[in-house]
Amino acid sequence: MNVLVCVKRVPATAGHIALSADSQEIDTRYLGFTVSPHEECAVEEAVRLIEKHGGSSTVLTLGPEVAIDQLRDAMALGIERAILLETDGREWDPVATAAAIVEAIEAERAAGRSYDLVMFGNESADSAGYQIGVRVADALDLPCVTGIKALEIGDGEAMVRRQTEAGWETAELSLPAVLTVKEGINLPRYPSLPGRLRAKKKEIERIKPQWQDGGLEKIRLKLPVQVEHSVEILGKNGDAGAQVVELFQRLRLL
Amino acid sequence: MSSLPAQARVVVIGAGIVGNSMAYHLARLGWKDIVLVDKGRMPNPGGSTGHASNFIFLTDHSKEMTAFTLDSVRQYKELGVFTQSGGIEVARTTERMQELRRRMASSKAWGIDAELVTPAEVKRLVPFINEDVILGGFSTPGIGTVDSLRGGTLMREKAQAMGALIVAAGSEVTGIDVENGRVKRVRTDQGDIEAEVVVITSGIWSPRIARMAGASIPLSPAVHQMISVGPVPLFADTVGEIEYPIVRDMDTNGYERQHGSDMEVGSYDHRPILWDPDDIPSLEQSKLSPTELPFTKEDFDESLEHALELMPDILGDPSVGIRHAINGLLSLTPDGFPLLGETPEVKGLWSVAAIWIKEAPGIARCMAEWITSGIPEIDPSGSDIARFYDHQKTQAHIRGRSAEGFNKTYGIVHPREQWESNRRVRVSPFYEREKALGAFFFETAGWERPHWYESNKKLLAEYGERVMPRRYEWDARWWSPIINAEHLAMRDRVAMVDLSAFAVFDIAGSCALDTMQRLCVVQMNVPLGRVIYTSLLNPAAGIKADLTVMRLGSNHFRVVTGGADGARDKKWFIDHLPDDGAVQLTDLTSSWATIGVWGPRARDLLTSITDADVSNEAFAFGTCRFIDIGPVRALASRISYVGELGWEIYVPFEQGARLWDAIWDAGQPLDIVPAGIGVYGTTGRIEKCYRAYGMELEQEFNLVETGLARPQVKPQDFIGKEAYLKQRAEPPAAILSTLTVDDNTSQSGFKRFMQGREPVLSQDGKRLVDKHGRGSYVTSAGSGPSVGKTILMSFLPPEQARVGTRLRVEYFGEQYPVTVAVAGPTPVFDPQNTRVKS
Repeated sequence: MNVLVCVKRVPATAGHIALSADSQEIDTRYLGFTVSPHEECAVEEAVRLIEKHGGSSTVLTLGPEVAIDQLRDAMALGIERAILLETDGREWDPVATAAAIVEAIEAERAAGRSYDLVMFGNESADSAGYQIGVRVADALDLPCVTGIKALEIGDGEAMVRRQTEAGWETAELSLPAVLTVKEGINLPRYPSLPGRLRAKKKEIERIKPQWQDGGLEKIRLKLPVQVEHSVEILGKNGDAGAQVVELFQRLRLL
Repeated sequence: MSSLPAQARVVVIGAGIVGNSMAYHLARLGWKDIVLVDKGRMPNPGGSTGHASNFIFLTDHSKEMTAFTLDSVRQYKELGVFTQSGGIEVARTTERMQELRRRMASSKAWGIDAELVTPAEVKRLVPFINEDVILGGFSTPGIGTVDSLRGGTLMREKAQAMGALIVAAGSEVTGIDVENGRVKRVRTDQGDIEAEVVVITSGIWSPRIARMAGASIPLSPAVHQMISVGPVPLFADTVGEIEYPIVRDMDTNGYERQHGSDMEVGSYDHRPILWDPDDIPSLEQSKLSPTELPFTKEDFDESLEHALELMPDILGDPSVGIRHAINGLLSLTPDGFPLLGETPEVKGLWSVAAIWIKEAPGIARCMAEWITSGIPEIDPSGSDIARFYDHQKTQAHIRGRSAEGFNKTYGIVHPREQWESNRRVRVSPFYEREKALGAFFFETAGWERPHWYESNKKLLAEYGERVMPRRYEWDARWWSPIINAEHLAMRDRVAMVDLSAFAVFDIAGSCALDTMQRLCVVQMNVPLGRVIYTSLLNPAAGIKADLTVMRLGSNHFRVVTGGADGARDKKWFIDHLPDDGAVQLTDLTSSWATIGVWGPRARDLLTSITDADVSNEAFAFGTCRFIDIGPVRALASRISYVGELGWEIYVPFEQGARLWDAIWDAGQPLDIVPAGIGVYGTTGRIEKCYRAYGMELEQEFNLVETGLARPQVKPQDFIGKEAYLKQRAEPPAAILSTLTVDDNTSQSGFKRFMQGREPVLSQDGKRLVDKHGRGSYVTSAGSGPSVGKTILMSFLPPEQARVGTRLRVEYFGEQYPVTVAVAGPTPVFDPQNTRVKS
């Protein structure tokens, strides 16, 4: 089977987020870049599917040249191919992003490469629009389930599960399909040294999509009220055992 | 947390391993009211200690750094935070194998148990290594790892238990107040603390903290990349954090160190990535910590390949993943040494910065001793922050040299290797003329000094094999046989030497004589025009400086000291001037240029360019006076560091070229040669057994041992006198001796030439150790072209310090026969000093 995973490069933010002076960007001077935890799980899921069922996996992102780092990260984990929809660094809104991805998928199909599964993270780590997967599915007229936490592939179909307040929902859908993945579906692996070195040498396929106006326009960023952290020392040298247990119970960890 | 006292005796800023060790050692020496502040939280406030790889290799070519390391290991062991794992430096190249042999020699010199091992033996110790890519290893069983956070915590708690320490975490220093040049108060966002002594142990932030007081701590934060890879199946059953020896892959500037189930791989191979201390993120801005910055993968890829090549079995396992990766910040300095001591700018403000885990507790003990009594047991002179001149504190210099030094972390650094960045900062008025003569310049303290002149190449034919040619590349690196030819020409004829790098200070004022008496060992109340060679001592009679003084007036003394030592010596003088301003120091280094003229024809030369009477009767050895050379009025001083008749001639800087031309022109009929510092600093000096500061002269050997004790001790009091009298009353534990190499021929047939710091061994290859535990090593080495032998100096135990004693010196894995030529200060060349006094 052929699987496509779509990811988005985002700053790996710390507890405290700062904005640039013009409030247009997050201040990333001290930050690395990553993809959302949901997307990490989508990548892991794709790698596992191919390990189990055979086929090929491709990772795609829409972003500036430097987003190649995130493509290579995915390839270091076992994804075979990478496609960069290269932008000039401006933020594309969900309508435009989805349209560019659809165009790329159609171009791939025209070139003889069609995907059985197109996977996304449930939402991006920065704008959290929850839209791309659904919009891509709609445009391609494919079935779509969002927020899945379990996936099994059958003969021409997929069985997925998602977690709700009430319990687990199960759905079956025929392939090809679009899925958006939620953190928890798996525990992503770390990149191995050979994986990283292989990824470094791989070629990145590049497409330059035309900028298109979307439905949304970024005016400026605004920081929400940030939670102040405080440290409370419960005790020393093991004398805080009981309090730790109580705390864990309060946090429903025990 | 705002329980800051309004007053303290000492405030220590920064609670990493250095600050915690400082607090402990100060408390141990009896200090009370110590406050340790840090903007972060305990036990890991966010500095470099928190991400250190925490392993300790013992051997450094520097005696001082090795001493700090060995003391630190002893302390870590006492604290119970040291895990001995052994460690191996592996070689992939033949050049590195040679370097490992040199490291073996250093290990022997400093008394560290180590051995060279074959690839198969490395494999036995490190079963997962790919022995096919290595040629051998240098294995040190005593190497290990420490828990530096725990060690720091224990020391902090000990100081607290002594009732000596208040810890103020979460207090950010916002300012340091200075009054009348002395530190007065530390301001923090939690309140202000008045203190007599402030110690900056702030690691990469130190420059920023020092600047608040108007002082400089010249270091640059720099990235060291490190990843943690695991879980390694082989390590699954590891008890504790480490069971396999740490491996340093020297040729690729990397290391692999087991940490529990993971392997840590670190590198000094990537491009130098320097940070400005002001750009380091705050605690809040940092995802991990301010010193653990986002990993830049592409910089590390080459290191990954090297690591994979060396340990394919465990690092190539696809189930073993990169679980943690950081660009860790550490401190680099312009010369690679720490920054220790009171800042020259502010009294009471001390720097204890640019220190690695491996040496921190040892340095802290030394610094606590220095702060408390001025008498550190280990001599920290090489790391003294006062060693830097102003130009060396500029950002351009700090960044240039730090970047250049970074990739030398595991480098094979020749003892004479020169820096490439920031050259031509200080040039003498003779520079253009020297360049025209093909001078090969070495740098000292920013000065460009000719080390030899290519224009003298023609002398090689004249002297043939007497120039003691070196055919082995390492021995000949940063060296030329022309040096020895210049030496011989000086001894035969006359040479002129650019000595403008001398540091020159005038000490003058109504009680300048008293001040000089108090500082100098030798009698300063001499007739005007006398030149005095003297040592300066610390209170324990350790040798603090070694210099010459001209008495120009009853209360006017001109001090001349080496360029490398000038900045440090200047601070020592300034620190001991009377508070009332009755004596002033004026730095004339940039005002006077100097040419030394030496050789049997020196008097003929001088006679031809001055009307002054320069006969032996009129101008005796050890005197100075102003003489006119054409239109230039120069100060001539009849002394010598090369053992020849001659003068140091000082002229106002802007008249230097005129003096040069006068000497050069007059010298032509006398066959004058320009001679470089290769002659002045090594060959001429060593044939005369003259001692050099930082080589033979240091705080760990006393004047009696160095042979510089005079027959009489002056009646006046001086710093260190009491201890000096005691030293004189006891038989010396070691005697500085001069040895000559009996046969330089190695097994390969090449003649080999020692460079200094090699171990001196008994005839059966055993270390020589004196009763204070100090091993014998070569303090200086050089050619003695006039005696036709390689000359070495070394402190020997009295039993060996006898003329004719046959010993051995280890150099690159081979032992060479040597013989004691002189025990004590008598020169091997012209022992009666007839030339100097002719």
